[in-house]
Amino acid sequence: MGSSHEQSLGIALPNTIRHYPMGDQAIVLSFGDSLSEAVNTQVRKVVACIENWSQPGVIEYVPAYTTITIYYDPLTITYQELLTAFQTIVQDISDDPKYKAVKKEIPVYYNGDDLAYVAQYNGLTEEEVIHIHSAPEYRVYMIGFVPGFPYLGGLDSRIATARKEVPRLKIEAGAVGIAGQQTGVYPIATPGGWQIIGHSPLQLFDLKREKPSLLEVGDLVCFVPITYDEFVQLKAASYGY
Amino acid sequence: MGIKIIRAGMLTAIQDLGRYGLQRYGMAVSGAMDSYALLLGNSILGNAENEAAIECTIIGPTIYFEQAQLIAVTGADLSPKVDGQPLPMWKPVLIEAGSLLSFGRPNSGSRSYICFRGGLDIPEVLGSRSTYSKGEIGGWQGRSLKEQDRIAFNHPYDSGETQFSWSIDPALYPDLSTGVIRVMDGPQRDQFESDSLKSFFADVFTISKNSDRMGYRLQSRPLQLKKQRELLSTAVTFGSIQVPPDGNAIILMADHPTTGGYPVIGQVATVDLPLLAQKGPEDNIRFERVDLDEAQNLLKQRHQQLIKLKSAIALKYE
Repeated sequence: MGSSHEQSLGIALPNTIRHYPMGDQAIVLSFGDSLSEAVNTQVRKVVACIENWSQPGVIEYVPAYTTITIYYDPLTITYQELLTAFQTIVQDISDDPKYKAVKKEIPVYYNGDDLAYVAQYNGLTEEEVIHIHSAPEYRVYMIGFVPGFPYLGGLDSRIATARKEVPRLKIEAGAVGIAGQQTGVYPIATPGGWQIIGHSPLQLFDLKREKPSLLEVGDLVCFVPITYDEFVQLKAASYGY
Repeated sequence: MGIKIIRAGMLTAIQDLGRYGLQRYGMAVSGAMDSYALLLGNSILGNAENEAAIECTIIGPTIYFEQAQLIAVTGADLSPKVDGQPLPMWKPVLIEAGSLLSFGRPNSGSRSYICFRGGLDIPEVLGSRSTYSKGEIGGWQGRSLKEQDRIAFNHPYDSGETQFSWSIDPALYPDLSTGVIRVMDGPQRDQFESDSLKSFFADVFTISKNSDRMGYRLQSRPLQLKKQRELLSTAVTFGSIQVPPDGNAIILMADHPTTGGYPVIGQVATVDLPLLAQKGPEDNIRFERVDLDEAQNLLKQRHQQLIKLKSAIALKYE
């Protein structure tokens, strides 16, 4: 059963990678149980290795905080064969020259309905919240939930704020929110419980782009405060109207 | 010219085998809930496996044929009729121009597939014709079908053959009266109380009314973790059985989110996803434990049957 397949890979990697099946069509590679920059860096390095992998039977992969899940077709490749192929491809990971983080700027008009609440919750002024939120470089740890939704790491704990007790029925596309130690941007209108502090004029997920998702796992993101007029202009440009 | 929707039914939408390759950007796979019924329907018509069809849910649609076409109806028996006369399932049937396809009482299962010879004229979005309603992506204008929608056929039916005396062996398709679903251990199985692990395989679970293409909510004795702890979100898939803090399991279905943060106690064997997809609100299911080899062997056996079936059908259209 599950645990009998679990073992460490005998390959030269900084950490030990565990692996286990998730059903009969997926293998999970686990790089650690708790989130650290080191663990997530490993996830991203392995992603760089398997990004253009043309292994027959591999369908797709999903990186997350501490894991990479690889979906495969068991009619083409077995669990063990996939593992062996994976071991081969990650051999050249250690001084990986292919991996380079891309920096992206996300303009934000800080007008969110919860901006005042986030300030009050943390004993700050609204200007201080904006300043603190737009200061760091955030890392895209994972994309999930809905198409293009980034889970960003690196929020300053001075503005961390608990989720709303009652989620909003509708949060607009582009809304920038805070939930506990996380911050993110809603790509499509959806219900949600995050504290909304502003809105970005950019489309995080756009079918018309060659790469629909604006962000990728591993990207570095900066939030840049903009005025209302800039917001209107940029939104018109990004939505094409 | 093709078909026109007269009545939409409960939830009627275009689906193929799903949208793969974009889960790392948060894009759901979607696709037919019962992909095996879709595959069989396309096979009966000599179509490509991945041809898009119409998925009907419990209360089927009423569809007017503006043009003749060869179709096959598979999956749930929702009492399909043509101009009021019962329509046989699991075989090619020529529907004449001007005829009305309708559905009646659901006899068995929840989801029926109307497959069309040569397929429907639906554009691919991100590599698939499947409807992902939440993202308003794919299918017919990113949504389920409504009254007055008109969809063209890819090819008019131009063969002189109008009568088909054969149908496929019903034994190829799962017996929908059984409620036994085979599952593999989930990655977080060891985090559950041993009593809960026992009751997971002993208890009967009822599918709640609050279930849809995204997930089935189950009702039973709550499943307990040894201790509650925050999990970092990770990939989840069709058939992942998640347990939120209230202890009531949720099985993720075709429109599942790509990632989740609840512990996964089990993972439904792929071979039993079609049977599960045919279960509906108030239906009872029970879980039976299988391991990786067994789950994959079952899948291979089914695949072998399908290969045989397709070569037999290929002769019929020569």
